[in-house]
Amino acid sequence: MRLLKNMLEIVLLGLNHKTAPVALRECLAFSPDETSAVLKAFQESPVISEAVLVSTCNRVEILMATEDKSNAVRTAKMFLSEFKKLPASEFEKSLYIHKGDDAVRHMFRVASSLDSMVVGEPQILGQIKEAYKLATLKKTSGVILNKLLHRTFFVAKRVRSETGIGDHAVSISYAAIELGRKIFGTFEGKKVLLIGAGEMAELAVDHLIRNKVGDILVANRTFENGVKLAKRFKGNAIRFEEIADSLERVDIVISSTGSTDYVVTRKQVKAVIRRRRNRPIFFIDIAVPRDIDPEINRLTNSYVYDIDDLKGVIDGSIENRNKEAIKGERIVDEAVIGFRRWYDNLDVVPTIVALRNKMDAIAQAEIKKTLLALKHLSDEDRQAVTRMTNAMINKILHDPTLLLKSNGHHQNKSGYLDITRKLFKLDE
Amino acid sequence: MLSTAGYVAYLFLQKNYLQQTGFYLILAGFLCHTTWIGYGFVQSGHFPINNLHQTLSMAGWTIAGVFLIFHYRFHLKILGIFTAPLVTLVMVIASRLPSAPHTADSILNNIWLVAHVITIFIGEASFALACGVGFLYLVQEHTIKSKTHGFFFKRLPSLELLDTTGYACIVAGFTMLTLGLITGFIYAKSVWGRFWSWDPKEVWSGITWLLYAALLHQRLTVGWRGRKAAIMAIIGFAVILFTFFGVNFLLQGHHGEFTKLQMGG
Repeated sequence: MRLLKNMLEIVLLGLNHKTAPVALRECLAFSPDETSAVLKAFQESPVISEAVLVSTCNRVEILMATEDKSNAVRTAKMFLSEFKKLPASEFEKSLYIHKGDDAVRHMFRVASSLDSMVVGEPQILGQIKEAYKLATLKKTSGVILNKLLHRTFFVAKRVRSETGIGDHAVSISYAAIELGRKIFGTFEGKKVLLIGAGEMAELAVDHLIRNKVGDILVANRTFENGVKLAKRFKGNAIRFEEIADSLERVDIVISSTGSTDYVVTRKQVKAVIRRRRNRPIFFIDIAVPRDIDPEINRLTNSYVYDIDDLKGVIDGSIENRNKEAIKGERIVDEAVIGFRRWYDNLDVVPTIVALRNKMDAIAQAEIKKTLLALKHLSDEDRQAVTRMTNAMINKILHDPTLLLKSNGHHQNKSGYLDITRKLFKLDE
Repeated sequence: MLSTAGYVAYLFLQKNYLQQTGFYLILAGFLCHTTWIGYGFVQSGHFPINNLHQTLSMAGWTIAGVFLIFHYRFHLKILGIFTAPLVTLVMVIASRLPSAPHTADSILNNIWLVAHVITIFIGEASFALACGVGFLYLVQEHTIKSKTHGFFFKRLPSLELLDTTGYACIVAGFTMLTLGLITGFIYAKSVWGRFWSWDPKEVWSGITWLLYAALLHQRLTVGWRGRKAAIMAIIGFAVILFTFFGVNFLLQGHHGEFTKLQMGG
């Protein structure tokens, strides 16, 4: 029984756009550097054997393999609270905790973009891959999470290729563009200001260019980066300090910086309204924390949408995709069962049994073949051959079995089990 | 006939193909109405604005006509949702009123008067549409600002299109109103011997004109657009309604005879 108790179990805790408001997600978002630091802390903790941390602007997910679930959850919460200098009571209510199959399913759903704010948006898979890469670099991901993540990537790809969930609005940026269409009708000749950089923001600009938008300005804190980006969009770079002045000329502002303060303030916009002759101006705030003062939305002919607001636009088109999402859920369910099979077999007894069965099957087949050619042997001789073969199998399997059953280095147990299963191809 | 067309159009405007049906029904209704008015014109030999019934019927006809023109120009399908019930309402009221024509007055047979009436009516119909567009603008702006994208968000066109259309309606309406006032002055001169007689209707028309002039002026100089322009368009139309009905019922003047119910002026 000791053996079974040492089995690593999968636990996931996290929060996302459904459970936590932007403000809280802002507080708990991890940069890659911070992620590395947290992973290191996890590694040093005795209760957490494996860990992967995924942090995007919509979610934070901590995936762990542990022998002691409740202790691991407590530890993870403690780390979160320590690293983000936030009392656990502030975010505890927004956290969800999934264990075992539920954690696996959650991971599959997240990666397949079934759990995204925009169902079907493609960016989440890349973000999880990045998170996993970091975890492998820091060596915090082990046999179980390696297997789970590889399965996750496989499932996500399958969902993408076998269902149509990615066909419609593909991302937040797309939703923002649709909204702009309701304000401007057409984008022709409209001027765009991109503040900062980032995949989603750049995607939005690409969308706009495809819609024949006019001039594009790029403002970046590092002017050189701005110049590079501007070149890509065939636009012009401006200095960060020039943003306030440029508001007079532009119609659409897309902001995605890492700034902790507002990049565009209400005062700045109010000052240019008259000079803009009241032409409408549309702010798309993709940044977390927010870049655009939400108060600007109350000024005349000024519209501000942040990531949470864009959700409203997306909900409209979600109905069309429900059918495809159901297909996706089915694929996920199948995959969860598949993973469970692998996981159960990772236990010692099933592995030893499977190994034995495989050997026996090989021996039986070979004995049969050999005896067919040795017709002159007596029944006694035949039994002797069979006995010898069985004895050989027992001898061969003796040491591996002992090793697998030993309690000594339980941290690596799943590793040994996994290698055994791979060496002998037991997962057929 | 027009009213049914309008009503059906209104009821089914939600769906695209039904919207087209609605549009053709309005078009058909408009054409029937045109022949009917033309017939009345030929038969009686004067313009059918003798009583409130005819005046309203005329108003319904011009609103439908102006709507068709703007629809052709801006492809603003959703505007039908405002126009159709308005036309329907006007026509229903018109049909409830006694339609007995009273003796043709000699003052009604004047080319200036016909021009006056036609331009004023087209102008007012344009303002009615501007008011409708302004209303739609406010609804759409509210859905965007409040970030609750409900029923209207998908169905209403972009703010920019609503704003441009509203502007075009007001420019057209203002031009027609100006022409209407000028022809009215000329007509007044030829009948009463003076351009301006401080008749309440004249005064209120003047106020309306000034109101829209201010709106256009603000738009051209400081760029009043969007919300403010939409609100102004609605206020402007309210003033027009008052000029059209209120002045006749509440105040006395020489325009009264065209809208009085039974007794001749």
